[in-house]
Amino acid sequence: MSVEQIIFYGFAAILLFAATMVVVVRNPVRAALFLILAFFTSAGIWLLLEAEFLALTLVLVYVGAVMVLFLFVVMMLDIDLTPLQEGFTKYLSLGIVVVALITVEMIAVLGSAHFGLDIVAAPVPHPDGYSNTKEIGLLLYTVYVYPFEIASVILTVAIVAAITLTLRKKKSKSQNVGEQVKVRREDRVRLIKMEAVKKEEVES
Amino acid sequence: MNFEVTNMIFALPEMFMLGMACAILLVVAYLGEKGTNIVYRLSQLTLAITALLIYRSLGESGITFDGTYIKDGFSDVLKMAVMLINIVVLLYSTSYLKSRNLFKGEYYVLAIFSTLGMMIMISAAHFLTLYLGLELMSLCMYAMVAMHRDSKLATEAAMKYFILGAIASGMLLYGMSIIYGATGSLDLATIAATIQAGGLDNTVLSFGLVFLVIGIGFKLGAVPFHMWLPDVYHGAPTAVTLFIATAPKIAAFAMAIRILVDGLGDVHQYWQGMLIMLSVLSMIIGNVVAIAQTNLKRMLAYSTISHVGFILLGVLSGSQEGYAAAMFYALVYTLMSLGSFGMIILLSRQGFEADTIDDYKGLSQRNPWYALMMLILMFSMAGIPPLVGFYAKLTVIKSIIDINLISVAIIAVLMSVIGAFYYLRIIKVMYFDKPKQSEPLEAPAEMRVMISVNALSVLALGLFPGALLAVCASVFY
Repeated sequence: MSVEQIIFYGFAAILLFAATMVVVVRNPVRAALFLILAFFTSAGIWLLLEAEFLALTLVLVYVGAVMVLFLFVVMMLDIDLTPLQEGFTKYLSLGIVVVALITVEMIAVLGSAHFGLDIVAAPVPHPDGYSNTKEIGLLLYTVYVYPFEIASVILTVAIVAAITLTLRKKKSKSQNVGEQVKVRREDRVRLIKMEAVKKEEVES
Repeated sequence: MNFEVTNMIFALPEMFMLGMACAILLVVAYLGEKGTNIVYRLSQLTLAITALLIYRSLGESGITFDGTYIKDGFSDVLKMAVMLINIVVLLYSTSYLKSRNLFKGEYYVLAIFSTLGMMIMISAAHFLTLYLGLELMSLCMYAMVAMHRDSKLATEAAMKYFILGAIASGMLLYGMSIIYGATGSLDLATIAATIQAGGLDNTVLSFGLVFLVIGIGFKLGAVPFHMWLPDVYHGAPTAVTLFIATAPKIAAFAMAIRILVDGLGDVHQYWQGMLIMLSVLSMIIGNVVAIAQTNLKRMLAYSTISHVGFILLGVLSGSQEGYAAAMFYALVYTLMSLGSFGMIILLSRQGFEADTIDDYKGLSQRNPWYALMMLILMFSMAGIPPLVGFYAKLTVIKSIIDINLISVAIIAVLMSVIGAFYYLRIIKVMYFDKPKQSEPLEAPAEMRVMISVNALSVLALGLFPGALLAVCASVFY
């Protein structure tokens, strides 16, 4: 077994373990942390594939930004977790059967019988000085410029949608100094003349 | 690398629409609530000019942006239909939004962006653009469903729609990646050529195909992937239901044709069986469950499911006649659905939704003209001649008889008879029951005129279906 293979199987095992824990673990903060572990290990596998730029982006964007935000949200929201976990054991047996079935089918189709080295050739390592980032940039702004533009439109729509759903018109909380200075006593204070009353009368 | 400006001119309608969408967004940002009327007019103008741009470029065809964008007769006709339908949708929905304090610029911005997504889907020649167009369209629709935030039903509907839509997208993407694994390309034309050349691993191909069909089934709302549809149609504000029930169906149909026919047409025998199952189940469950509904929006949702079953009949036939019939059906269904949901909006008013069947009691005494319009729409949905719904059903059933699937054709006919029951019930309620309320209808004049034009066009197309049939046929030959 070559070093590459050992690294691959190591990362793959950790990735599968982390992904399972994301689903199984009860505490959402722990689930988020396991997701981070899953992202890190898949970044490692991408590095083995010589997709350095994407691996780094995965770590920087997903681990660095998205998951940290996610952790914030999970910690700030006070979610009652018990109703969420109620059905877990009830559906567990059915879930395991379905997962087992899908796994067997996927191994049968995606295994080495159909994607072995004799059918799909192993990728040739790139020569020294090959820049992953430059190649992606070149493709992104020429061949894939149309999908790239659409992706940017989708991001715009995401902002519009988020603002539409969360921004509510609030009354302005800013101070108006002029108004404050102009206030007269008559606007705020009202003097009321009352007859003096005895204690018993009030109680009755 | 083919990167010439002259080729980009094919995508002029999309570019114009994107530019206008950004301009409208700025108007919303600067004018706020005051400018909503301007935003509404601008949105309609945008759709109209885009339709004009598409009309002017009719007949030209080609592939550009390195094989990610295709312009052909198919895309022209469907995009034109999407534009015209959405102009009417915006017209109908405006009176609804105004009376419910939902008249905000964001609705129109999202509608325009969503329409752009539909155009991108219809013109996709590449899995990547197809998927991105789909996401653009769907993302806008999720937000539109959730826009009425004080309504619990709408929020629930949006959640269901969003989560199931995400699962469907996941399925579709997984299928695309498997097809990429089998053929080594994401480009639909290259995929078709690779399959035609032969020597591919058919196990992998059909495995990927299963996921693609599931994704398409979800987006079209075919049984057993229909669970979201009644809840979303029911929960969303009627103006949004109207939007998601019409033009997106055309885009989803285009997606099905692009993937199954343009890309995987040569493995037709693999997907035909899957589509037969989806189609038969949709016709049975859609029509039978619709009988039990008392809410008109839910009933129309189940009727949508059954119509999707009929559209799939045409697709699964695998013949050019079948594809043309399915396209005719999709366009006609959209027109009828537009009228039916428009009618709900017409009869609703502030604080009252005319969405239960009881609300239609005695409509003929309250307003004989609109009762007649509803009668035309319901008869057409049921497939009764001489209305256009009849020709739609006739052509798809004929296309499967041509390929000797007689048993499926018999089920289709039986189910359209069962379906006639619940459409006729609405007519019975309108004409033979006593009215429950006597308030006059309040709707702006343009809406009243448009709904009459809408219903009468169903009648006119039924009397003279030849032109539209010829257009649909010309696209596939």
